Amino acid sequence: MIFLTVGTQLPFDRLVEEMDQVITEIGGDVVAQVGRSEYKPANFKLNSKLSREKFEEVFIEADVIVSHAGMGTILTALRLKKPLVIFPRLQKFNEHRNDHQLATASNMKRYSNIYIATNKDELISCISSACNKPMTREIELLNRSGFIKKLKLFIENA
Amino acid sequence: MKKTNVLAVCSGGGHLEQMLCIKEAFGEVKKLSLCTTIELSERDLSSFSRVYLVPDCNRDQVFNVMKCFLKIVKIIILERPKVIVTTGAAPGLLAIVVGRLFNVKTIWIDSVANAERLSLSGKLAGKLAHLWLTQWPHLEKKNGPFYWGNVL
Repeated sequence: MIFLTVGTQLPFDRLVEEMDQVITEIGGDVVAQVGRSEYKPANFKLNSKLSREKFEEVFIEADVIVSHAGMGTILTALRLKKPLVIFPRLQKFNEHRNDHQLATASNMKRYSNIYIATNKDELISCISSACNKPMTREIELLNRSGFIKKLKLFIENA
Repeated sequence: MKKTNVLAVCSGGGHLEQMLCIKEAFGEVKKLSLCTTIELSERDLSSFSRVYLVPDCNRDQVFNVMKCFLKIVKIIILERPKVIVTTGAAPGLLAIVVGRLFNVKTIWIDSVANAERLSLSGKLAGKLAHLWLTQWPHLEKKNGPFYWGNVL
């Protein structure tokens, strides 16, 4: 099962439409959370919202997650150690205020469970890689504990 | 004895995820409350003494900004935090504005998603927050924002 999520704040019709075409080609089940996106796919049903509990449940159950390059989804994939294909939103299509999702995607390349796609063919190839490659390396969050230590000290002395 | 009362403020989505990533930083405080824009799961709720929901807002929605601002004022009067920490976005900036009015220590942590430049709220927060942080070392400047690490 593929879990498609576009985040909680903005619609992302282009991704929903590309995924519809992907499923026409490769088949498979999709659970989709699409927010206020308007495109109606032929191949799968839509949810505009999922509760955080349901979101987490579907996330864990999925073979692979396909999403916009939103930090919430990325951090969740790192936390739950799930393969994630990210599809950056672009300003030129009014999908976001700026192109920071392209920078995000580029910064996430170092994680072995994260793949980047920008069109239907790349989605197909990334989904296939994600489903077939086992998660071999532990995900190392190298900066987090130092960050927390510094914040803790500041707050204690505030 | 730790007397600190902390109010964490963040929008939903990635901002909330990042706040949850750093919650160990609040491990020793007396009380930790959260102000956010979406409902939490049962598991996440247990990390906080109290969770407040405020309407989400952004710079294009003046009416929502005002609604959010008034709610945040009420929450800060009720909670009387010693420290406000936010991972953004606009509601977090509003909390910093109110926090300064009430003499509360304020911390702005710019989202790790802003890897190339600070957001507009992040830039504005720099004028008000006591501690102004970016999560990318190449965005650090002499007078702030400072890089103390990130959630990755």
